[in-house]
Amino acid sequence: MFRAIWAWIQKFSSPKYFFDMSGKMIPWFAIAAALLGIYGLYLGLFVAPTDYQQGESYRIIYIHVPAAWMSMFIYVVMAISAAIGLIWQIRLADMIAAASAPIGASFTFIALVTGSLWGKPMWGTYWVWDARLTSELILLFLYFAYMALQSAIEDQRAADKASGLLLIVGVVNIPIIVYSVQWWNTLHQGTTISITKDAIDIHMLIPLLLLAVAFKLYYAAVVLVRARNEVLYRDRSRRWVREIIEKL
Amino acid sequence: MFRAFYHLLLRDLRLAMRSPQEVVNPLIFFVLVVTLFPLAMTPSDALLQKLAPGVIWVSALLSVLLSLDRLFKQDYEDGSLDQLMLSPNPLVILVLAKVFAHWLLTGLPLVIVSPLLAMFMHVPDVALPTLLYSLLLGTPVLSLIGAIGVSLTVAVNRGGVLLSLIVLPLYIPVLIFAANAIDVASVGMSVRGQLLFLGAVLTLAVSLAPVATAAALRITASR
Repeated sequence: MFRAIWAWIQKFSSPKYFFDMSGKMIPWFAIAAALLGIYGLYLGLFVAPTDYQQGESYRIIYIHVPAAWMSMFIYVVMAISAAIGLIWQIRLADMIAAASAPIGASFTFIALVTGSLWGKPMWGTYWVWDARLTSELILLFLYFAYMALQSAIEDQRAADKASGLLLIVGVVNIPIIVYSVQWWNTLHQGTTISITKDAIDIHMLIPLLLLAVAFKLYYAAVVLVRARNEVLYRDRSRRWVREIIEKL
Repeated sequence: MFRAFYHLLLRDLRLAMRSPQEVVNPLIFFVLVVTLFPLAMTPSDALLQKLAPGVIWVSALLSVLLSLDRLFKQDYEDGSLDQLMLSPNPLVILVLAKVFAHWLLTGLPLVIVSPLLAMFMHVPDVALPTLLYSLLLGTPVLSLIGAIGVSLTVAVNRGGVLLSLIVLPLYIPVLIFAANAIDVASVGMSVRGQLLFLGAVLTLAVSLAPVATAAALRITASR
């Protein structure tokens, strides 16, 4: 059983096989992301009821919250891939981590910008030193630190290992940072999505969840595109890449 | 194992004693940065008192950051780092010895001069013990986390800015709790919670950071 799984992992993580497979998967992810995204946005912007307190401006939640979820999700994905890369020496895992970083940083940036645009009408200011805003900002710095370290080391293998270790250290630190930042009294509204109590109308919740899935599919499509580029670039002197280039 | 710890510690202290300027410089930097703040604004008693915890702690952070290079840079350049890794003793213990030496040479002096800065910044006397405790508990964490950053960047050309980019975000919890403790102590309230948290962070850092540092050193050496 384990041997079969291991063999499959070995096969899938070979750069050539990954390149072929991901090429077939990308259109599906992209189309699904676009369909779900458009439908979710339609429901969110036109169908969902107006908020009794925040009026129409609450609708930015449909971008803000999925982006904020993605910012954390991608960091965890990167840390897991980095751990896989470090432990089992799978090059592809490191490439996934490296390909994810700019996407994660972009989502973090989007979450910060939409959050501050939302904050202006609600709190009367673009920026407050509130716990969640601050930890999101620190997350952005952690992304930057990873990308800086990754590009500073010339030897690719060492760069992957070193920046992977940094990701793992970051994952240990994130909960500590988040809890220490929560020390301050917070202006940010409490968690909206919770399994136990329904603080959000179901007609508002459905588009939010649709968009959250759409964002994840978008990430899947984009990370595969970026990882394919990474694979081609790193294996540029290998024969299978040469063969692809010659066919063009 | 303990002998290796002890000898490495002595070696680092001895090396530092031969160039005392390197120990004194971060200290002067620390005092200098704190001095800049009252000069940059109209130093009213109330304002200084309000800013004191943050200013003192940010300066301590920067001063430790500047001195981090010393932890592994020289050893990396003259090859003794490779010797350390070849030694049969566990690398984690050796890392711990080096970090402890680094703290004795940078963190402890900061603690010792901090009463002077407390006077500069008009920190009330009741908060002075808390200032000392927070520095005693906090600066070792700075050295421990910094060691991870240095060992990742020691082989990078002009790694200084990179090092601060990596290490400063990880310093945030210490900064928040330490500065908050002094702040709370100034108004005469109990700071047990903050100090316990700093103690917990220190415990966690002592047990995990050397492992990460050792792994990072191996990655650096494998190039």
